Amino acid sequence: MSVFKYSSPVTFYPLAGKLAPWFAVLAGLLGVVGLYLGLVAAPVDFQQGEIYRILFIHIPTAWMGMFIYVVMAVYGLLALVFNTRLSAMMMRALAPTGAIFTALALWTGALWGNLTWGTWWAWDARNTSTLILLFLYFGYMALMNAIEDPRRADKAGALLVLVGSINIPIIYFSVKWWNTLHQASTIGVASAPKMAPLMAAAVFAMVLACWMYAIAVALIRVRQIIAERELARLQNGGIIPVWLQSPKKGN
Amino acid sequence: MATVITTPTPSFSEVNGFKLGLQRDWLLAVRQKGEIAQMLVFFLIVASFFPLAIGAETAILTRVGAGVVWVSGLLAVLLTMPRLFATDYADGTLEQLICSGFPLASVCAGKIVAHWLSSGFLLTLVSPLVGLQFGLKPPELGVLALSLLLGTPLLSMLGAIASALTLGLRGGAMLTALLVLPLFVPVLIFGAGCVSAAQSDLPYTAQLYLLGAGLLIGAVGTPFAAAAAVKISLD
Repeated sequence: MSVFKYSSPVTFYPLAGKLAPWFAVLAGLLGVVGLYLGLVAAPVDFQQGEIYRILFIHIPTAWMGMFIYVVMAVYGLLALVFNTRLSAMMMRALAPTGAIFTALALWTGALWGNLTWGTWWAWDARNTSTLILLFLYFGYMALMNAIEDPRRADKAGALLVLVGSINIPIIYFSVKWWNTLHQASTIGVASAPKMAPLMAAAVFAMVLACWMYAIAVALIRVRQIIAERELARLQNGGIIPVWLQSPKKGN
Repeated sequence: MATVITTPTPSFSEVNGFKLGLQRDWLLAVRQKGEIAQMLVFFLIVASFFPLAIGAETAILTRVGAGVVWVSGLLAVLLTMPRLFATDYADGTLEQLICSGFPLASVCAGKIVAHWLSSGFLLTLVSPLVGLQFGLKPPELGVLALSLLLGTPLLSMLGAIASALTLGLRGGAMLTALLVLPLFVPVLIFGAGCVSAAQSDLPYTAQLYLLGAGLLIGAVGTPFAAAAAVKISLD
């Protein structure tokens, strides 16, 4: 019961405000540790030289780009099934971060590809499916921008992300299949060599740092979304002022 | 023996809802033949522009032919999306359909089928003509038409969800395209892929089966999702 207390935007607002700085501090600390391990402590790669170090930012961003969409889909399910407003607000708060991570993954991948493969963009399965993931984020954000009524936007976004999340595995496998058909796997990223323990530790720290960053930013953003919609209730200690109460919109 | 009197009570069954959606939209499509003709002409024009842009060497054209037919067909179907819900929304019919008492999902299913019959199905019939322009051989033309037959209904299904979500929004048509195009990726890949497989004498039935599987999953799920989207937009 005490858990559900915070499923209301008005009670979640102060909690998010308290938690966000801690996640931000954690993100900063883990980021410093990860970058030190990755850029200073980790040895130079035998084959790729210093260039490989871009992977310490590339891997976390690529993971987070995908993972955040999954989290959004879970929130979307909650929003549609239980009609919780906070879930939809969290989706909205997470979307820009997910899009930024996906774009960063593409950009760092292009930089790395340019220096190792000699091309900015190879239409390989991961490139292509990450690009489509970015389009899915753009679609969600465009829909959110277009709808003015927040309740409609919440539900429409939840439905869209759910449909998208069902489609993502299909997209991934179709793109993978398409890729193997069209170019006989010239570049095998799938068979990545075993990482040195120190490199693995650096990647792990960076993944955690990105994770904490995403949580911190999402909490800050969700506070702004709550403030935008519930300003009157927040100022009135969680109670809807009489002048705002209408029989139509009871919740 | 008491005679059983059966009064003709109106039945709001799923089947009748489906019939309502199908008949209404099909009738509208048939009465506005101009729109259908415009879509087909658009399809032919876009497809004919590719040789002008990339050169008319037969080797290139046969390689890109299936992809061109698929992409131009996709764009043509995209332009017909407003027919699904937007026009009914604009004149208030959609609200009447929701209040009618028929299960909305079955009405949506009928509308989707009517939309496909008046868009994707017709493109399928015309597609061999464009395929010929791109130098595809008769068996490949058959595969192309078959892939469109299985794939284009999915365009109508996914398009129904997206166009229902964007009802009444400013820039709705562009937004619908933005929402729906990423979701079309597997259909495009398998659809165009099975023709290129046939061209290189590879087995192509797997792609057709996958399209068929997608079609079945879509047929089960999308009418409900479209109905939910309509309700969200008109709430």
